[in-house]
Amino acid sequence: MWLNPSNPQLDKKGQLHHLLTLEGLPAEILWQILDTAKTFVGTKVKKVPLLRGKSVFNVFFEPSTRTRTTFEIAAKRLSADVINLNVSVSSQSKGESLLDTVDNLSAMHADMFVVRHGASGAPHFIARHVAPDIHVINAGDGRHSHPTQGLLDMYTIRHYTKDFSSLRVAIVGDVLHSRVARSQIHAFATLGCPEIRVIGPKTLLPAHVEQLGVHVYHDMRQGLKDVDVVTMLRLQNERMQGALLPSAQEFYKYYGLTPDKLALAKPDAIVLHPGPMNRGVEIDSRVADGRQSVILPQVTFGIAIRMAVMSIMAGNK
Amino acid sequence: MPGNPLPDAEQLLKALIEQMRPAVGPETGLIGIHTGGVWVAERVHQALKPKVPPAALDVSYYRDDYAARGLSRDVKRSEIPFEVEGRDLILVDDVLYTGRTIRAALNELFDYGRPASVRLATLVDRGGRQLPIAAQFVGARIDVDPRRSVNLERRADGRLAFVLSAREP
Amino acid sequence: MKIHIKGGRLIDPRSGVNALKDVYIAAGKIVAIGPPPNGFTANRVIDAAGLVVCPGLVDLSARLREPGFEYLATLESEMEAAIAGGVTSLACPPDTDPPLDEPGLVEMLKYRAQSLNQARVYPVGALTQGLKGQRLTEMAELVDAGCVAFSQAEAPFADTQVFYHALQYAATFGFPVWLRPQDPALARHGVAHDGPVATRCGLQGIPVCAETVALSTMLILAHATGARVHFARLSSAEGVEMVRQAKRQGLPVTCDIAIHQAHLTEMDIGYFDSNCRLDPPLRSQRDRDALRAALADGTVDAACSDHTPVDDDAKQLPFAEAEPGATGLELLLPLTLKWAEESGIALPAALDRITSQAARVLNIDAGHLTAGHVADICIFDHGRHWRVAPESLKSQGKNTPYTGLEVKGRVRFTLVDGQVVYEAK
Repeated sequence: MWLNPSNPQLDKKGQLHHLLTLEGLPAEILWQILDTAKTFVGTKVKKVPLLRGKSVFNVFFEPSTRTRTTFEIAAKRLSADVINLNVSVSSQSKGESLLDTVDNLSAMHADMFVVRHGASGAPHFIARHVAPDIHVINAGDGRHSHPTQGLLDMYTIRHYTKDFSSLRVAIVGDVLHSRVARSQIHAFATLGCPEIRVIGPKTLLPAHVEQLGVHVYHDMRQGLKDVDVVTMLRLQNERMQGALLPSAQEFYKYYGLTPDKLALAKPDAIVLHPGPMNRGVEIDSRVADGRQSVILPQVTFGIAIRMAVMSIMAGNK
Repeated sequence: MPGNPLPDAEQLLKALIEQMRPAVGPETGLIGIHTGGVWVAERVHQALKPKVPPAALDVSYYRDDYAARGLSRDVKRSEIPFEVEGRDLILVDDVLYTGRTIRAALNELFDYGRPASVRLATLVDRGGRQLPIAAQFVGARIDVDPRRSVNLERRADGRLAFVLSAREP
Repeated sequence: MKIHIKGGRLIDPRSGVNALKDVYIAAGKIVAIGPPPNGFTANRVIDAAGLVVCPGLVDLSARLREPGFEYLATLESEMEAAIAGGVTSLACPPDTDPPLDEPGLVEMLKYRAQSLNQARVYPVGALTQGLKGQRLTEMAELVDAGCVAFSQAEAPFADTQVFYHALQYAATFGFPVWLRPQDPALARHGVAHDGPVATRCGLQGIPVCAETVALSTMLILAHATGARVHFARLSSAEGVEMVRQAKRQGLPVTCDIAIHQAHLTEMDIGYFDSNCRLDPPLRSQRDRDALRAALADGTVDAACSDHTPVDDDAKQLPFAEAEPGATGLELLLPLTLKWAEESGIALPAALDRITSQAARVLNIDAGHLTAGHVADICIFDHGRHWRVAPESLKSQGKNTPYTGLEVKGRVRFTLVDGQVVYEAK
């Protein structure tokens, strides 16, 4: 459409300048991130000097200890200086506009902003307004995107399975509200996954979700048949209050991942969960702690992925 | 094409191995620098058979031209399968030129520990040093047009050969 | 002031005139069209060669932001924008601060507007006190003060019983009621059309059924009460189809669309462009095509600008947090012309939708060029391209999806009451 500008994530040479969403990123860039991350996994030397002298600002408008900590560790392992800003607490509540906050932070000579915000599109908005040499990484915006999570999930899958072009994957639960689900779907599609399934009740699946290139299942037993990868999404309490679901119990009965349901998938299928888990709501402890669960390794890979993203971006001019 | 023809890499390798023979003991750590240096280190290791396996170092994260050129697409994981601390090491590379790669390799190496000593072996030394770096073991000294780049190739049968190409700006 | 508009192409949709004809004006009225009246000496001759001379545009919805929102825009700036857009009569919705629920407020607004000697302002009064949807306003008093119709703007009714009674009361006097068909619960927290774009962007959607459920209730109540109902700002294919059916069944309803809905779709949100944060939302291509067809076949009676100035601070926010609305008075003409050109609609039929049909909905004697009647005239250059930019807009609202883009059709002169109130540089 004539009103659409060019992809704001890429610079003039088509290299990664911001990481805002996995949608629209060429496969080559995704592979580069995965390959580079591999060099950071399991190394003896924990710290490399790549980002020495650079400042990474963690600007979190929505609180999150886990994600913020992994970004902080990743930046420090690259020898960057890290500043953590919980903007939710300070200036926003005083009524400072988002734009003013961003301008003030830019004036503090940040090289990179890692942004988490409750409104979909906030990192895009911020990226439009920062100086051209500042990089923005989306650490999660509303329901829209959580690109580093999507990438670390892809890394995890690549680590444990064959190549993407032969995988059948299923994403289960509250897809409607999930930025992780959307990021995963884009990544799977770009990396060549032939069958992507979403499984959930109608109230938790977004309108026209098939247009993202997925098959819709409301019956979890049908949907899990012969899949290689299962991602369980977190169910939040608000869904019951918003008249989207009657109770966690009924959800667990029909959409919770129990060992007998998992048995319908391939015998070597792996189970992911972006965390934090609600045991007994979307996932049975026997599965969460079972041999097919790769939930803990996901966390390790998360640091490597974030290091890879920062290394690649900071070097692009 | 101006300048001398490129030397035979296999011949130089033989010569280098003989130079290094007295210096390589059972505990000597051979560390090849990706990518050409790794091939050379493997061949030296096959010939001189120290007890410890050869190591491979990727210096991408320690280069001084990251700001100008960004991260290389093909970064590999450094693998050092022995303890660096207190060991005699020999860094092995294919082409020694400005010396910046070796500087990066030294920085990276010292993040692993404190070696007893570090020496440098290179298949060719083309001069043009920009840092005070010297190799203790050199296959040959050659002259190359500064507009050209010299690289090592490994053929399908495992044999090594030099190629010349235009230098990237 | 005697004015002779010379050599222009006169298009009067109501009478069907579409020819090179001169216009003669004296004492605020058109005294002759075509041959000059005897002994007419003009004080001013306007050279309209190559230009179109049509009735001053009638805009069914322009927010002037007075009273109460003067920091966003003022009567002065928005009335300037109106005449720069060729609009000589406009209706403004009651959602001011305070809402237009008291005769004094309406009189003040009318007085202020009149003293500017620019476009004519026809206030739409609040249907309920404070727009709270609970107690009726003194509709008869408000009509005496100058209201032409009643509306809840975007505010909901407390319940359907209040709604029913409000329509009954208005029907008693034959007062028109303008309704925005949007079910508040189904649209709750929604910021974009509930379609693939909202899904991709992770935005809360407003499903089409928010419009059709409301329309259904409104059509039934209109039928039951006999109220004259006008549906403001339809946005969906199913919505216009319901109105089409209702008209076929003889229900005396009318409806309008915002002209940008005939062009833009959800796709234009792109990378979260908050200039496309609009109410009602931009829907799918299918919906847009249905709106265009409905405007062409008369199911949709008129197009309006839905002019809503929003200040920069309120737009420079992530999409869902931005305030909805676009500036539109100066784009009504070029966007209508664009629709006509793309749909193969002849110029007179296109202008009809923003002149005489709009006037018919408003129930005012305007939107036509007739000898003996008041001289409200728009003279424009059909082929002239211009770039939409803050500096080229007179409105204080610079918020538009068309920022930076070129549109075709530029007003050269606007006359109200036989006076040239706007002249392009």
